[in-house]
Amino acid sequence: MLVLAEFKPWALFTSGNLAVMGGFLAGFLPPDGSPAFLALLAKATLETLAMATAGTALAFVIAVPLAFVTTRALSVSRIGPGPGGVRAGVVRQAARSLLMVLRAIPEIVWALIFVRALGLGPAAGVLALAITYGGMLGKVYAEILESTDTRPARALLEAGSGRIAALCYGLLPNSAQELASYTVYRWECAVRASVVMGFVGAGGLGQLMDQSMKMLNGGEASSILLVFLALVLLADALSNMLRRLLA
Amino acid sequence: MSTVMLQPPSPCWRCRVTAALILAAVVASFAYLGIDFRALFTGESLRLMGQFVAEFFPPDVSPEFLAKAGWGALQTLAVSALGTLLAAAAGAVLALPASGRFGHIAQATSRFALNFLRSVPELVWAALMVLAAGIGPFAGALALALHTTGVLGRLFAEGLENAPRAPEDALVLAGARPVSAFVYASLQIVLPQWVAYTLYRWEMNIRMAAVLGFVGGGGLGQLLYFHLSIFQQQQAMTVLIAMFGLVALVDFLSGRLRRGLGSAYA
Repeated sequence: MLVLAEFKPWALFTSGNLAVMGGFLAGFLPPDGSPAFLALLAKATLETLAMATAGTALAFVIAVPLAFVTTRALSVSRIGPGPGGVRAGVVRQAARSLLMVLRAIPEIVWALIFVRALGLGPAAGVLALAITYGGMLGKVYAEILESTDTRPARALLEAGSGRIAALCYGLLPNSAQELASYTVYRWECAVRASVVMGFVGAGGLGQLMDQSMKMLNGGEASSILLVFLALVLLADALSNMLRRLLA
Repeated sequence: MSTVMLQPPSPCWRCRVTAALILAAVVASFAYLGIDFRALFTGESLRLMGQFVAEFFPPDVSPEFLAKAGWGALQTLAVSALGTLLAAAAGAVLALPASGRFGHIAQATSRFALNFLRSVPELVWAALMVLAAGIGPFAGALALALHTTGVLGRLFAEGLENAPRAPEDALVLAGARPVSAFVYASLQIVLPQWVAYTLYRWEMNIRMAAVLGFVGGGGLGQLLYFHLSIFQQQQAMTVLIAMFGLVALVDFLSGRLRRGLGSAYA
């Protein structure tokens, strides 16, 4: 295993690597604060936030219908013997497999592929987030809906109400808070993910950081790292606030 | 006879304002990014997308490329395992002060170190480590180790704080040296939990190790990045399938191992 991973701690201390790393780290202080770079940084930060928000919104649009289809608690055919049981099972299984495929490949791999197809820029990142997070949200929504008390929904369905009414009046009152708080938490993850996706060219802070690191510009890299840490803290605080508001 | 009139519930203004703000943020994001989704879904671009997808099939299964992908998969496995092991060792060392055993100053310092290690993502650590250790799997393993140390150290420390101190205190009062009291009492309580956390992080790290190659961390990621860069989509598809298989394999192995630890950790 050590051989496979090319485990060579002494590589850290060869003079060439030490010189490169030392020069880079020495450049970290002071962080680059020139107005031109700060303007670029502000634009990239806004782009990152917008990517995360747009990606999460699209993921929500993908996840809601799939979760609606896969939730067993809303299935009319499962209540008793009747026509359509097999067909409903097949549809549910197909939607479940689709959700699994969507979230099986990490968002950064999707981003890498979309950058090849759509070119550099935030569009690739937004689509990659939408696909992976759509799969995750859909699965978790269905799980949350099934883990709450499903008897009200079942009573409604048995009394002959439609599936949408059973969802709105039977399941949502019990689980809306949990659903909302999970969605906000995913948005927070999306902010972090959209920074990382920039490394493969999907725009935002990550792309800027990739460029600075390739040019060994320590000052720029340290400013970006500081902004990134601030952004993560901000997303954390905002997500806490939203969850309290929605509670 | 009086009838009870049910009042409709008062509208929740706080919810409405929050919902309106969220909607505004979503609209503003789409407007700011200015992605032309209509251009994305015209016949011409859909045809180009279809063509692009078709280029991924069939995956390249020539023996020499399969050998290359297998080597990449082994390298990814080694990177994830080595990174997780290094992180478990470092996390255990940092967890002792972080759980408040050596006073407040040591606790605050080690907590700050753990928070810092954790808040920088693996990919950023990898980009830094490629500069420090050169391109290759060793940089990837170091990057994984740095981030995972932050995560595991915090989880280990919380486990230590929540474990009952009575057995250890009893040993100390009976005259045992502090180190042996810790090893024979507290460590025995937290060890299964620590191992379960480490295995769980290994599952996450195998996914991460597969993509660290994008910035030069070796393994399957480097192969994928390389072949997509020179437009060899069929080879890229083989690598994607290998990634998928590797993740499924590690999930299975780690699940079996954790079940061996007892039903509480499965």
